[in-house]
Amino acid sequence: MIERMTVIKNRAGIHARPAALIVQTASKFKSKISLQKGDDRINAKSIMGIITLGAGFDTEILIIADGEDEADAAEAIDRLFKNRFEEE
Amino acid sequence: MLRAMDEKRFTVLDLLDLDLKEHDALELRCIGGRKGLGRVISAPDINRPGLALSGFFESFAYQRVQLIGHGEAAYLHLLAAEGREEGVSRIFSFPIPCFIFANGEAPAPMFANAAEAANCPILLSDLPSTELSSRLMRVLTNVFAPRTSVHGVLVEVYGIGILLTGESGVGKSETALELIERGHRLVADDVVEIRCISGNILMGSGANKVIGHHMEIRGLGIINVTHLFGVGAIRDKKQIQLVCSLEEWDASKVYDRIGTEEKTMDILGVHVPQLDIPVKPGRNIPIIVETAAMNERLKKMGYHSAKEFNQNILRWLESENARAVYFGRDDSI
Repeated sequence: MIERMTVIKNRAGIHARPAALIVQTASKFKSKISLQKGDDRINAKSIMGIITLGAGFDTEILIIADGEDEADAAEAIDRLFKNRFEEE
Repeated sequence: MLRAMDEKRFTVLDLLDLDLKEHDALELRCIGGRKGLGRVISAPDINRPGLALSGFFESFAYQRVQLIGHGEAAYLHLLAAEGREEGVSRIFSFPIPCFIFANGEAPAPMFANAAEAANCPILLSDLPSTELSSRLMRVLTNVFAPRTSVHGVLVEVYGIGILLTGESGVGKSETALELIERGHRLVADDVVEIRCISGNILMGSGANKVIGHHMEIRGLGIINVTHLFGVGAIRDKKQIQLVCSLEEWDASKVYDRIGTEEKTMDILGVHVPQLDIPVKPGRNIPIIVETAAMNERLKKMGYHSAKEFNQNILRWLESENARAVYFGRDDSI
């Protein structure tokens, strides 16, 4: 299992489009991928789950990947956050 | 097993903000000590501070919400009239979350001033103190109930709360959609928040009111169930009475063919009956779930289809054996 802390850098936070991007990326991997904000942990392969987090600008998000391709998965998800979901 | 998550800090402001209706409504408003609204309520109990007001502070449950009814309010007025303020000033040296005055009786100005100086919030409710205390207990018990959240869909089918679980893409939302279409109700899609109330009831609800009753359907995107199917197709919360775990059909796995074995899932220490339902093209999952709900209702009424079936077979075999004694094994003789 791999854990990585990241921060939301796009102003609008995780709304529908970034959520869809995360799901798209996460679904490419076999690992079980979760995102955690505070105590709430959700499945990163589910759009409604990610939106439910209500993650706004500057929120810290913990990426948790578990499975055979966990390192690549965590890296790919983290890259989305770093690229501000190709916004701005 | 699903364990409880860490409880978030619950402040006096959160208590005021709770959206409670009808028989749960507390009708609270803040009339003083607003600066202290961020104080944390750490215990699900309430205290009547009669003894503390009269100056006895041993075993004073200061960490609880302090409820003031007729008697205490009258005593405070007496103290104010006689100019005895030392007991009151001492009570505010404790880190009390808040005072709640019942019966719509505002406190004496002496008490209000002392609370303001100590930044201790004073809330007022028009409810009688006995009613207010039972509602407060109920509300706080719910707030402090162990909670967890699971990935799944919660639907109400024929009155039974069914939690559909399974991997992403196995068809939970599609199954729920078909169930809604058939007249059943959606409680929550994707993230189901579960609270364990009074130790044996699992109450499931959506995690977030704002985006509640929306579903994501592959190929359609996000749909609003309330607008599409009407308010009759949704409900806010429902007790979880059955778990249907959907999974891809696995040829190597042995599925229950009779239904006499009872598998359960442990959620917050409560055992909920669980069915493993294999999914493959051509299997109509919504109808299977519907039947499971009806079967569960029969079981609750004391009729267990599979066990009853087996009992009948046993009885029949027994009578065959009994007859064999008279007629012999071979009827031709």
